[in-house]
Amino acid sequence: MAKMVNVFLDGHHLEVPDTMTIIEAADKHGIHIPRLCYHPDLPPTANCGVCVVEVSGNPTPKRACCTPVTEGMKIITNTNKLRSYRKTLVELILSNHEVVCPTCVANNKCELQTLANNLGVDPDSLPCILEKQPVDKTSLSIIRDVNKCIACGRCITVCNDVQTVYALTMSDRGIDSHVDTAFSNGMANSPCVNCGQCTVYCPTGALRERSEVDAVWEAILDPDKHVVVQEAPAIRVSLGEEFGMPFGSVTAKKMYAALRKIGFDSIMDTNFTADLTILEEGTELVTRLTTGGKLPLVTSCSPGWIKFMETYYPDLADCISTAKSPMSMFGVLAKTYYAEERAIDPAKIVSVAVMPCTAKKFEARRPELRDSGYQDTDFVLTTREFIHMIKEAGIDFKNLKDEDADEGMSFYTGAGTIFGATGGVMEAAIRSAYTLVTGTELEAIDIQAVRGLEGVKEATVNVPGFGDLRVVVAHGLSNARKVMDRVREGLAKTGESPWHFVEIMACPGGCVGGGGQPYGNDMASRARRGLSLYEEDKSLPVRKSHHNPEVTRIYEKFLGSPNSPLATKLLHTHYFKRSVYTGQVTGEATHKHH
Amino acid sequence: MKYYRSHILVSMNETSIAAGVQNFLQNLRSELAKAELSTEINILETGPLGFFGRGICLTVYPENVNYESVKAEDIAELVSEHFLKGRPVKRLMLDSVNKFNPNFNYANRIVLRNSGIIDPEKIDDYIGAGGYVAWEKALTQMQPADIITEVKKSGLRGRGGAGFPAGMKWSFTAPLDAPQKYVVVNADEGEPGTFKDRLIMEGDPHQLLEGIMICARAIGATIAYIYIRGEYKLCISRLELAIKQAKEYGILGTNIFDSGFDLDIMIKIGAGAYVCGEETALIESLEGNRGNPRWKPPFPGVKGLWQAPTVVNNVETLANVPFIISEGADEFLKHGTPECTGTKVFTILGDVAHPGLCEVDMGTTLRTIINEYAGGMKKGFRFKAALVGGAAGVILPDRMLDVKMDFASLNQYAAVLGSGAILVMNEHQSIVDMLWSILRFFRHESCGKCSPCKNGTQQLYRLITKIKKGEGTMDDVDLMQTIAETMFNTSFCALGQSPIMAIRSAIENFRDEFIAITNK
Repeated sequence: MAKMVNVFLDGHHLEVPDTMTIIEAADKHGIHIPRLCYHPDLPPTANCGVCVVEVSGNPTPKRACCTPVTEGMKIITNTNKLRSYRKTLVELILSNHEVVCPTCVANNKCELQTLANNLGVDPDSLPCILEKQPVDKTSLSIIRDVNKCIACGRCITVCNDVQTVYALTMSDRGIDSHVDTAFSNGMANSPCVNCGQCTVYCPTGALRERSEVDAVWEAILDPDKHVVVQEAPAIRVSLGEEFGMPFGSVTAKKMYAALRKIGFDSIMDTNFTADLTILEEGTELVTRLTTGGKLPLVTSCSPGWIKFMETYYPDLADCISTAKSPMSMFGVLAKTYYAEERAIDPAKIVSVAVMPCTAKKFEARRPELRDSGYQDTDFVLTTREFIHMIKEAGIDFKNLKDEDADEGMSFYTGAGTIFGATGGVMEAAIRSAYTLVTGTELEAIDIQAVRGLEGVKEATVNVPGFGDLRVVVAHGLSNARKVMDRVREGLAKTGESPWHFVEIMACPGGCVGGGGQPYGNDMASRARRGLSLYEEDKSLPVRKSHHNPEVTRIYEKFLGSPNSPLATKLLHTHYFKRSVYTGQVTGEATHKHH
Repeated sequence: MKYYRSHILVSMNETSIAAGVQNFLQNLRSELAKAELSTEINILETGPLGFFGRGICLTVYPENVNYESVKAEDIAELVSEHFLKGRPVKRLMLDSVNKFNPNFNYANRIVLRNSGIIDPEKIDDYIGAGGYVAWEKALTQMQPADIITEVKKSGLRGRGGAGFPAGMKWSFTAPLDAPQKYVVVNADEGEPGTFKDRLIMEGDPHQLLEGIMICARAIGATIAYIYIRGEYKLCISRLELAIKQAKEYGILGTNIFDSGFDLDIMIKIGAGAYVCGEETALIESLEGNRGNPRWKPPFPGVKGLWQAPTVVNNVETLANVPFIISEGADEFLKHGTPECTGTKVFTILGDVAHPGLCEVDMGTTLRTIINEYAGGMKKGFRFKAALVGGAAGVILPDRMLDVKMDFASLNQYAAVLGSGAILVMNEHQSIVDMLWSILRFFRHESCGKCSPCKNGTQQLYRLITKIKKGEGTMDDVDLMQTIAETMFNTSFCALGQSPIMAIRSAIENFRDEFIAITNK
């Protein structure tokens, strides 16, 4: 139990629990201590030293990030000496950093840049000691530029502690110490699942997505190409903050307008295939529940989770829904159904996805996702890349007039839009699965138990005719591990899983917290964006996927019924086993079933 | 018991083994046999003799003659002249070289009291010299609290460098209620120029074990680890043997002396990183992790090895404990100064006549140590400076030769006793070169965890290299101080806090040298 203690911070008397560190106490009371490596979402690595403060009774300053408060502690956060140490510290870091701010992806978002500016650091006070190293460009998703790395250690913490992926570690020592993958094999040859949380927490531009902006511009500006674009649910609640709008603003219609201004030929929406996913995955769930199929059924939308599963839980691959992700369903339909309806040669269609996600870049290039006869999804832009394009096109996003998407694969329900928040897929699935089982409509469709940022959320839903449906939602891969370990244990010991249906999202907070989201993507902003999605859900006329008229239409005109042979061929996939050392495929985990 | 007319003590240490002492002994034995002296003259293989002679060193009792650099071709002469006729071979004698008679005042020794006298590979020798009496007393006649009281009373301070009172350290851990506690021995002696722990372990491994046992009893630990440098091969094999022997005798193991107390001691071999001498980095390494320091608090005494309460003590600290328990704190207090009690083992090297090891009372002056224990300066050289405390130490000029060598006295000069290494430089040596060497060392040994140390050590190395080449300015000299000052105040662990010591003392005491080289 935490005890309350009295501390004196720059003369202010505060009463805080003794479980707090100095920096937490200061933040809580609105006193800003300069910091660099500290991030409120992560345990402190205590590497940079910038947050040093004077603590009575100590001959040398203490790091505020990891020094717990104690009764009667007197803390001074700003003295001439501390100012001078902080300056020298930042000068030391800058002397070993590739300073290319104007062209860096992190420009104006970089925490080092901001700190150096705030402290009034002299950039020429120390000679440059940087020895340039090659940039790791092996990954399809993430580029790692060690020359910009300040060895704060956040990426390692988030990769190992939050995500339990263990792709990154510190290698060598002293001035040669650097963040690396095992055996310096590069990100592509590591267990990296491409979730991109490292890019989110990197204070500089050392970790970033592999940009596809140029390739997308090239396609747009090519008159022979028909460029179709889809946008994930989370995008519409993450753009506004970048353009001076209130945090979490729902900007779907400005988003469409911006895409049209940029020059995409056809503006559709991933939310449509999110609804379609519910029909495919919901039907799969109901079939498994009613015919004694393999349980639990685990969601498959999150590509970071899928590669993680293939690496660490391939033995449970037959629990994973065979449904492709909404992005990949859209990709395959764009070059089949859409191409047929519009009478466009699918070879000329370029399918672009705007995603809050870096792992989608990897997913798009999976060799098995070519059921259209082409690479189903050609290019994936992260939210950050999309913002870059809006800025490059000189669009005044905030003042854009609302526009609608093009008709067809753009209509979506409230169920589709909440896919972007943790628990959203579960909630959407329950809204429809209930109907699939009972033939009646679920009335209380706001399922609060699966909402929010609790790491593992359990709920039980009574489905008449079936009984209690036990479900669980996990976000962040360390939480996924907790759930999957219990599934594995249950199946091994009793042959039974603790749950019928499991939703897993690789990123904490779900897609709104994705690795491709704008910088400053902390847990607080993830929570705000998630709430915005639920607000949009509430405002929409249709809130259940099975009532999406365009979904009904596609089954009538093209697919037949959910899980029909054609639906199975185009909308379902299979999984592989991967090496925990190299991330490479070592065999099949499930079979292709068509 | 067999009576021998004479005993030849042969130092079996890493230096003499490298010089071929094993073959030498074979030849000596056969020559003695040929001369029919095998029943009259006994050969004793011992640990370091206390002086650090070159090559193979012998001490002959009862006449107390010391030989150094003895070679196979000298055997015939030694046997026929000394061992047969009783006429010591002058040309091989230590005191004939430099008129130096090493101060073999065994009465004044604590840690090295058996070193060079007993065979370190025989537990009976140790027991015969009064060994394990303290352990028996601590286990059967004393309560843990009594042990801590006695150690506190003795004023014993940690000999690893920081000088933290050992009894107080133990008293933090002892009352904690935990399913498991540990004693960890820091035998990762990494401070440049320091090899005292090696010689303590080589010369008297059982004494260290006894110290560990008493500490374990005091704090309630049932497992102890000796974290030792991988290079210390002889120490490792002697400690392994000593542990085996102690177990065979029931001195170590389960239900020791029917007291119900269990203790196991294990050896963990380090991989040579300097930072692993820092106690929390050592613990990380012991757990199998990268040797990076941990933030304190929590201190290891509360949450150490595998998050269990852990006392980490230096080899020399623990080697003092059997004496304190068996002879009593009052006996211990007869040595040293009121603030810094007991003795201190120093390693002296550099431009002295006899580099080596000595154990002196705390508070002995630097001048006394150099002149009396190391035989003064090498012939023809004048004293210029001494680096005291290894790379993390300070450079003392000749006007500070009369400083007392103990924690408290050195602190008055913003200096540190550190590990007890004394590196003596003659008047031709360059302070800038010395500083360059130190800063190169820190650059190499920084673990890279925290940016002040990682980038700071590299900047310091670059700056001193520039100065050394004659390309620097006094601004660069000042910049070094600014950087080192920031490192001292913001580094994560003691490694990054250390370079300021050498830098400041070099610049303050030898400023002229920096002015001269930057004006080139």
